[in-house]
Amino acid sequence: MDFNFTDEQSMVRDSLTRLVRETYDYETRNGVIASESGWRPEIWAQLAELGLLGMPFSEEDGGFGGGAIDSMIVMEEFGKGLVVEPYVPTVVCAGGFLKHAGTAAQKEEHIGGIVDGSQIFAFAYAEPRGRYDFADLETTAKKSGDSYVLNGHKAVVIGAPWATHLVVTARTSGGQRDKGGISVFIVDKSADGVVTRDYPTVDGRRASEVYFENVSVPADALIGEEDGGLPLIELVTDEAIAAQCAEVCGAMKVAHALTIDYAKQRKQFGVPIASFQVLQHRMVDMFTEYEQSVSMTYLATLRLGDDENARKQAVSAAKVRIGQAAHLIGQEAIQIHGGMGMTDEMAIGHYFKRLTIFDSEFGNVDHHMKRHIALSS
Amino acid sequence: MNLEFSADEVAFREEVRSFIAENYPKHLSADGLRDDLSPEDMVAWHKVLGEKGWSTPAWPTEYGGTGWTPTQRYIWSEENARVNAIMPLPFGVSMVGPVIYTFGNEEQKAQHLPGICSGDVWWCQGYSEPGAGSDLASLQTTAVRDGDHYVINGQKTWTTLAQHADWGFFLCRTDPDAAKPQEGISFILVDMKTPGIEVRPIKLIDGGYEVNETWLTDVRVPVENLVGQENMGWTYAKFLLAHERSGIAGVARSKRGVEQLRDIAKSEQLDGEPLMSDFDFARKVSQLEIDLAALEITELRTLAGEQAGKGPGPESSILKIKGTEIQQRLTELTLEAVGHYGTPYYNGMSDLGSNEYPIGPEYAQHSASTYFNMRKTSIYGGSNEIQRNIITKMVLGL
Repeated sequence: MDFNFTDEQSMVRDSLTRLVRETYDYETRNGVIASESGWRPEIWAQLAELGLLGMPFSEEDGGFGGGAIDSMIVMEEFGKGLVVEPYVPTVVCAGGFLKHAGTAAQKEEHIGGIVDGSQIFAFAYAEPRGRYDFADLETTAKKSGDSYVLNGHKAVVIGAPWATHLVVTARTSGGQRDKGGISVFIVDKSADGVVTRDYPTVDGRRASEVYFENVSVPADALIGEEDGGLPLIELVTDEAIAAQCAEVCGAMKVAHALTIDYAKQRKQFGVPIASFQVLQHRMVDMFTEYEQSVSMTYLATLRLGDDENARKQAVSAAKVRIGQAAHLIGQEAIQIHGGMGMTDEMAIGHYFKRLTIFDSEFGNVDHHMKRHIALSS
Repeated sequence: MNLEFSADEVAFREEVRSFIAENYPKHLSADGLRDDLSPEDMVAWHKVLGEKGWSTPAWPTEYGGTGWTPTQRYIWSEENARVNAIMPLPFGVSMVGPVIYTFGNEEQKAQHLPGICSGDVWWCQGYSEPGAGSDLASLQTTAVRDGDHYVINGQKTWTTLAQHADWGFFLCRTDPDAAKPQEGISFILVDMKTPGIEVRPIKLIDGGYEVNETWLTDVRVPVENLVGQENMGWTYAKFLLAHERSGIAGVARSKRGVEQLRDIAKSEQLDGEPLMSDFDFARKVSQLEIDLAALEITELRTLAGEQAGKGPGPESSILKIKGTEIQQRLTELTLEAVGHYGTPYYNGMSDLGSNEYPIGPEYAQHSASTYFNMRKTSIYGGSNEIQRNIITKMVLGL
């Protein structure tokens, strides 16, 4: 057992802490999320320069030989600054598909681009009626000669407005909700028939509705096995969940610290409100929830390489526990900030919004509770 | 004891239901239609009710009340909630109106009550200050007597919809040397067009602008605008807050909200079945309904007490606490129900100049914004912590 970070990992953390502090202060972020593009390509370039976009890839694939623990470190720091740049869709999701299932040619074509920052990905998995079931797909990919033709509508594709490529889940055979018959494709976003409608999200990011209208992709756009994509999707999304758990831990840590600071400064009845026991205990509960969340993030991250059942159980447990913690910490942070917590002017509201939306990404508390029950019985 | 409506009450329900059906402005009928309301939209129903004489049912009849029993008033709010009616704003009808008819003089009643009934005069509330929130009595805004005027200086905050207000009621310190902070406060009516008033919008976390900072610099107000006695304003303020608290429960509105939530959960799919058939989700909806039933009967007991001549007392704090917890839970479950489509930011889309057609189902559109916005309810009107303090002191005697 060892909960220590290596020297290299500590160095990565320190350089990221600095980067986030220097480039992601609250006013700057507010300006960026309200701007037309909603993000900063120069930050992406900086992340590439620091080697962070290539960290989880093996050295032979052109990366730096890191793993899930490194992604955890990166995401926790991103969470502290509410970083909007699409690290999870590009590096964790697209990177994960390439790492686990990419052919030599696919790796050759895309990993270099991810590492140097020139290829940006979004992961189009959700559908208007599918809720959190990755197998509940209406999007189809039909084989036609040497290519596949995609049709369908993907919902709330995070980071898609900034993406050059999409990873798309689609049904290649079987009926809606069958676990078999699902395949994964890499699609150039500029391909004919890809139609997007871009919009901001309530937590300061950007997303798109993505429509595929007879989009023809070559056969080698298929990543992983034809019809056998579901286990791969589950593996990659478990990795994404672990990374987002780390992000949310970072956000919860700051939300808690901001709340304590505010409670110490804010005076009512002649004393700081931090001196009221009813608020003290609630800030203690927030702290306890945060610590439990860090533990669950470690558990999920360290179990990613285990057998499928152990991995899924740990990831679902973390998603449930942290989903609950994020709700409690977000709500209490606003309440203890009082009216000021309701204003756009204070950073806390932005943390609250990110903590809220986390629940609906890759399955909410109820969804993962069900998965945990199914795996435990 | 019984819970059934009498034949008269059933007839009354039919009467108000058909009145609402015939007279409620058609363009304001859509479910979930809440933002982008113009000021005219916000008072449209109030004006119709003003003409009918139904805008201030709880008032004494001599000032424009309907003389309805508490049960009739309950039926009235239920029937309005059924159509999601945009009700008269509380600042005139539920707040300053009762203060004026209870503590004001005849001139004040004659000047102000008709405009509140008709909906022609828009009121705002000048209570909170940056340094005086839960500790309202520590307020710093001063009103200094100068001949036959008060000169008001200070800063108020959270003045809801002050950008549209014609008049405001302000708590000001008139005796800075009073022994206790609660003493030395006066309740003053201010024409919002008076020189020296500046209203600055505050952007909230849901992206909307409903509250303001209000700055008062050498605002000269005639002494006739003092309500009741000088330095007795705290008594009137507390009276007003108790009135505000009982209305804050929002039972009828929450009942309608639960119905809407069920409809949404019937449309949303989980594994090819309606979300409403999912036990985990259904259990949460039922829990909410059970809590709401308890609150409803508690409110009816409070109303019955009022009918027997007891004003809303400290126990109305229960209504505020439970009412707001239920409203918040409702918006939380609605956001949960809509899944991925809680994520798009619709206000932001119009900011960025694109707002052609809705993304995802229409009922999902404001689910996140509403959830964020409703966090205010456990903070305003005396935070829920303050409500617990009130019960601790006034009811439990601790």
